[in-house]
Amino acid sequence: MKDICKSFHGIHANKDINLYVRSGEILGLLGENGAGKTTLMNILYGLYQPDSGQIEINGSPIRISNPVESITHGIGMVHQHFMLIQNHSVLENIALGYKDTPFFSPKKKLRKQVEEFSKQFDFKMDLDQRVWQLSAGEQQRIEIIKALLNGADLLILDEPTSVLTPLEIKELISILRQMKADGHMIIFISHKLDEIMDICDRVTVLQKGRVVGHADTADTNKKALARMMVGRDVVFNIDREKLEPGKKVLSVQEIHVTGDKGMPAVRGVSFELFENEIFGIAGVAGNGQRELAEAITGIRKIDSGSVRMNDKDITNKSPRHIYDNGVSHVPEERIRFGIAPGLFLYDNAILKQHHLKKFSKRYFLKYSQVKNHTKTIISDFKVATHSINNQIRNLSGGNIQKLILGREISEQPRLLVASHPTYGLDVGATQFLREHLLALRKQGSSVLLFSEDLEEIFELCDRVAVIFAGEFMGILKSDDEKLCDIGLMMAGSKGF
Amino acid sequence: MEEIIISTLQRTMIAGTPLLLATTGEIICERSGILNLGVEGVMAVGAVVAFMVTMTTGLPWLGVLAAVAAGMTLSVIHAVAAITLQANQVVSGLALTMLGLGLSGMLGKPYVGKPLTLKMNDIAIPYLSDLPYIGKILFFQSPFFYLAIFLALGAWFLLERTRLGIQIRSTGENPRATETQGVNVFLIRYLCVITGGGFSALAGAHLSISYSKSWIEGMTAGRGWIAIALTIFALWNPGRAIWAAFLFGGIFVVQYLMQPLGISPNFLSMLPYIATLVILLLISLKDPKRLNAPAMLSAPYNRGER
Repeated sequence: MKDICKSFHGIHANKDINLYVRSGEILGLLGENGAGKTTLMNILYGLYQPDSGQIEINGSPIRISNPVESITHGIGMVHQHFMLIQNHSVLENIALGYKDTPFFSPKKKLRKQVEEFSKQFDFKMDLDQRVWQLSAGEQQRIEIIKALLNGADLLILDEPTSVLTPLEIKELISILRQMKADGHMIIFISHKLDEIMDICDRVTVLQKGRVVGHADTADTNKKALARMMVGRDVVFNIDREKLEPGKKVLSVQEIHVTGDKGMPAVRGVSFELFENEIFGIAGVAGNGQRELAEAITGIRKIDSGSVRMNDKDITNKSPRHIYDNGVSHVPEERIRFGIAPGLFLYDNAILKQHHLKKFSKRYFLKYSQVKNHTKTIISDFKVATHSINNQIRNLSGGNIQKLILGREISEQPRLLVASHPTYGLDVGATQFLREHLLALRKQGSSVLLFSEDLEEIFELCDRVAVIFAGEFMGILKSDDEKLCDIGLMMAGSKGF
Repeated sequence: MEEIIISTLQRTMIAGTPLLLATTGEIICERSGILNLGVEGVMAVGAVVAFMVTMTTGLPWLGVLAAVAAGMTLSVIHAVAAITLQANQVVSGLALTMLGLGLSGMLGKPYVGKPLTLKMNDIAIPYLSDLPYIGKILFFQSPFFYLAIFLALGAWFLLERTRLGIQIRSTGENPRATETQGVNVFLIRYLCVITGGGFSALAGAHLSISYSKSWIEGMTAGRGWIAIALTIFALWNPGRAIWAAFLFGGIFVVQYLMQPLGISPNFLSMLPYIATLVILLLISLKDPKRLNAPAMLSAPYNRGER
């Protein structure tokens, strides 16, 4: 791939990327979330068109305008979220993706072929089972079979281990080694350093859509890769005032929380939070951040452990009870969980406060107060809108987030839980929101900040915890030298 | 007594035929993920077009073809709204029903009450029709009856035993994944909606030129809605739709038999819907996974969305 560029809405997802794979080689593609790994691979697979740049196979340039063409060029992809029909049998799924499926009785005719194929790779699989009955590892194997049946020479695996159990990962690695021995090329996307070092021959590191380094895994080490991936010297924002932490606000003791899939998502996390403090939780998405935030704010059940706010137990209390005890929440996925898109601005401005005396009397809302309150938020937080009688869905993401933040901190919370508050916002809005978080800290509140953006964490936080697979890898102070190797902790190494 | 039973069953087959045709069409349509509530309207248009063409040309099969063409054309409206414009499918389908009912009433005004003199004769299958009892019930019927069963079996074969069938069902389950496998999801959905419309119109044609041999406004009498209920009742399987449609056809006939016995016809006309509810309840209680509704039924698919 040569000089590949791709941008979404004016933001570069890929910029001047050069990449090559030799046959019989496993190439690792390493980078943080949002570094452009998946975008790059979707271009190679024909799901996106590059704005400029070229793809070549064996030296001759090709154009790939859709997945069918990439399949005929021998490219197969296993997406991070499997592209399988849950309600269909394994065989039907394979028949759907196979390019030479016969028109009549496709299942009968394919069965033999698939059985022979899976014997070759030692897959044991009941072809008549429905996909939803299978484990993630088995589903992934279907995807691999689909790609190989289509004659893929180059197999792209997008974060293949993120959904697997350790045993399944071992099996996957042995399958990949066998494929490599057969002369297949593999591109292995991951942000887990251990796997990259273990499986890959070569590694290319992406950061913010650009290639920042190549290395042979034989002559590099985890530490060097981690620095390359995070890619910046850790500089702290000196503007941040030094404040002595005050009284204890929140204390979380050994909590365990179950995730959506019934697997433990948070495993024995403990920490304390003080006045005048911003506590950051860094980590790659999907390591239990969402579940932890939801557990503290009362949206998700805590299996064991306790959460105390100002020495009052709020474990498994209702979200409103927790709110009334001074905990505000800026949720991730602001459109889905932060607002009611079809309601007016002033309705959204009191989504959590409607029960307060100043906004309602018995069953009726005091609309004049509500509207005044909304106007105050809009002017204090510089929400750009022509009117408060406007459906909030018409606002831009940044303005919605400003309104949410305004709503959440207008009642002077003791603690603000903010999940990815600046995700997807432009520079101006980001700066504005960060200043408000710092202002809140100065007023004596504390902030629990979840973020994948390390720059944000470094700029705002007094202390940083790194979460991996539902556990804290360590809690560091902002002047700790080990912060340089935070990338290593995000990849699962405990405080070293 | 014997006579009554045989004639009841005979009429059951006749009453079940339009239900089976419309249900088969709706199953194909819903399997691709598009809910079409326009069956009733398309059926009415099919009925009036078939009647008009047959009356003027004297060729019943030309009437049938014209009806199918009209039904397919009308369904394009729903297809454009539901697939290309990603509109709410319930609203668009209801609009189609209202449009169809109104249109058929307007077109059919000059034909109300006129009898159709030429008949589409019943076909006796040689040898089989001589079988005692069964012969008269199953093998001495209107051509529509055989067509309906043939098409339902064909639809089952298409959906369960062909590559296109897998593509259609996958589209209804997960259009995004289907598209990454190189299938044109939009084309599949258009084809299914339009085919479904053709089936509905065919059911209507049966009503006007074979069943009652006349046209009056509103002659579809809710059969389109029953077809939608039947689609669920048959758990989106055309094979199961065959016996389900004739069971419901039987309920239709029983209405007329029971009326002299003093049972309210209103109660009896509720029966198909009650039966659907009861069956759904029983299946949901026992094994919800068997319900088998296409996962993305009535959800618009937007290619660009991530």
